[in-house]
Amino acid sequence: MKKLKYALFTGCTAKQSTPEQMMSTLAVARKLDIELIELTEASCCGASHLQDYDDFLSLVLNARNIAYAEKHGLTMVTICNTCQLNTAMTKHRLDRNPELKAKVNEKLAEVGLEYKGTSNIIHFLYAIIDDFGLDKIKKMVVRPLSEFNIAPFYGCHNIRPSELHDESHKQKENPYNPTSLDDLIIACGGMNVDYEEKNKCCGFHVELQAPHTAAVLTGTAIAGATDQNADMMVTPCPLCHLKLDTQTKSASEAIGREVSLPVLHMQQMVGLALGCSPAELGLKHHVTDVNFV
Amino acid sequence: MSTNKITTQKVNFKVFRFNADEDYLPYYEDYSMDVTSEEVVLDILNRIKWDYDGSFSYRRSCRHGICGACAIKVNGRSTLACKESMTTMIEYFGNDLTIEPLSTKRAIKDMIIDKGDFWEKHAAVTPYLAADIDENPTCENLVSPHDAEELNDADLCIQCGACHYACPVVEINSDFFGPAAFAAAYRFEADVRDSDSQRLIDVNEEKQGVWDCVKCFECAEVCPKDINPIEKITKLHQMAFKKGVAKNNVATRHAVGFLHSIKKHGMLDEGGLVLYSEGAHIVKHIPVALQMFRKGKIVMPWNMPKSDNLDEIQKLIKSSSTVKF
Ligand code: SF4
Ligand code: SF4
Ligand code: FES
Repeated sequence: MKKLKYALFTGCTAKQSTPEQMMSTLAVARKLDIELIELTEASCCGASHLQDYDDFLSLVLNARNIAYAEKHGLTMVTICNTCQLNTAMTKHRLDRNPELKAKVNEKLAEVGLEYKGTSNIIHFLYAIIDDFGLDKIKKMVVRPLSEFNIAPFYGCHNIRPSELHDESHKQKENPYNPTSLDDLIIACGGMNVDYEEKNKCCGFHVELQAPHTAAVLTGTAIAGATDQNADMMVTPCPLCHLKLDTQTKSASEAIGREVSLPVLHMQQMVGLALGCSPAELGLKHHVTDVNFV
Repeated sequence: MSTNKITTQKVNFKVFRFNADEDYLPYYEDYSMDVTSEEVVLDILNRIKWDYDGSFSYRRSCRHGICGACAIKVNGRSTLACKESMTTMIEYFGNDLTIEPLSTKRAIKDMIIDKGDFWEKHAAVTPYLAADIDENPTCENLVSPHDAEELNDADLCIQCGACHYACPVVEINSDFFGPAAFAAAYRFEADVRDSDSQRLIDVNEEKQGVWDCVKCFECAEVCPKDINPIEKITKLHQMAFKKGVAKNNVATRHAVGFLHSIKKHGMLDEGGLVLYSEGAHIVKHIPVALQMFRKGKIVMPWNMPKSDNLDEIQKLIKSSSTVKF
């Protein structure tokens, strides 16, 4: 197989509140011999909040990010569900609306850039599964996670709206019964835990304005995984991770029950199975201790 | 007309049964049937009633996806029974299917629920055109095709409630208007003939309004009419800023804060955003922030990463901004 190469859009949390997500992404890429060219020029995707304020500006900024991936002639890989949503949504809208695309390009021309629509945009989870292949990962596992029940937490913005995500995935993901993360857990030798909240919302986006709603959603998700005997949760989204890892106190208070589980980034789980060290994967950066390694 | 051959497969149904007048608790009844690839979910409901138990109750009227009466849940997914093909359901969930009303806690009899909260929310967003109409018009009041397009199909909503009872916030916060009411509000806000000035303010209020939407896209996924309520919610946010009715509160500052951050760093300054949004209320975040700090999760302001070619980003913000707060 030709060596896989992508343009990496890190997003903002990887550089701030989830350094372990960046570390583990790079560690897994090294193990799988995937080359990642970091888009250091990229701006924030707006996280669907700038979109609430100024739609056109958020399109221009996201189109600029994609234009840099296009300049490399590479598929853009994201490591955050919300980055994936906002970037792919921009692509979707511009590719279908020549008039809008022209308007955006008029602005980008001011800084010598052009959005062409030539780069696909996929989350690293699907790059690993679709492009690298689960079977190959399975063969590379040196430390199977066979003692662990692992609860997948998919995160809204990777699975809904499915019409959008189907455009970038090779294999369809059913938003009501997603399987990618379950398959990855199994490939890593773990036991995948089935529970009702696995495709539900963590509440991250309203944490400031509706803290109770956000906390109930987080608490219910951790409780759901716990009740199905999960030893840990795993998620491809750093925002879900922040919520599930750092907000257990408010979550417990909101649902009137003490809940707390170690939460791995999808990359950390793969990294562990492939034999990366806890230090390489940044496991010490979790608020809820990862106590099993 | 499809030329595909009709296929048949066995499906096991677990069906929610409850009669609020007689039963203390709901229970589930099992039925096994051969289901053909031509059938829709409503055919199954009919067959349960006709072939097994005449007392089985559900709402339906048009059988053509128009009246909005027949929405129920299959394996937890809201679905319009008369439109949803059984083949899709089997493809989604396999051959063991659970049939429930849209909201089990609102059940009156089997699939029939009390949709009172849905209609209350709908009525609360002024779901009609407010306009000074000349009672003796001399010509038609025309809306141009371009203006009509602005509704973005919001007028096609059949009030089935599928999105409302799929929305996680509706379940947690009883004040929340819910996706269908927002779609209705948008339908009239986007109408050039409308002159109501209160509606947009109402749907932007804290607790009940658009700012409490968690952006889960459940509503967009379930809607049988492709209304995409979350898209309308986003537009209501934008309208509030454009028309200057957005209040200065934690939610609006949170949205605007992204702009300030991007202008300064290209990237988001996470700490700066929380501070800007919360103001003095930042203190309540200190315990968690300290825990995060100890784990190396907080970057100090003097170490804030910046995007390369930040000048480009700043230039684009200057030339492409369309809103002021
Ligand atoms: S996107 Fe918002 S309105 Fe739609 S279901 Fe989710 S929380 Fe409810
Ligand atoms: S928006 Fe769609 S799902 Fe919601 S009530 Fe209207 S038709 Fe039903
Ligand atoms: S019976 Fe009218 S919409 Fe289904």
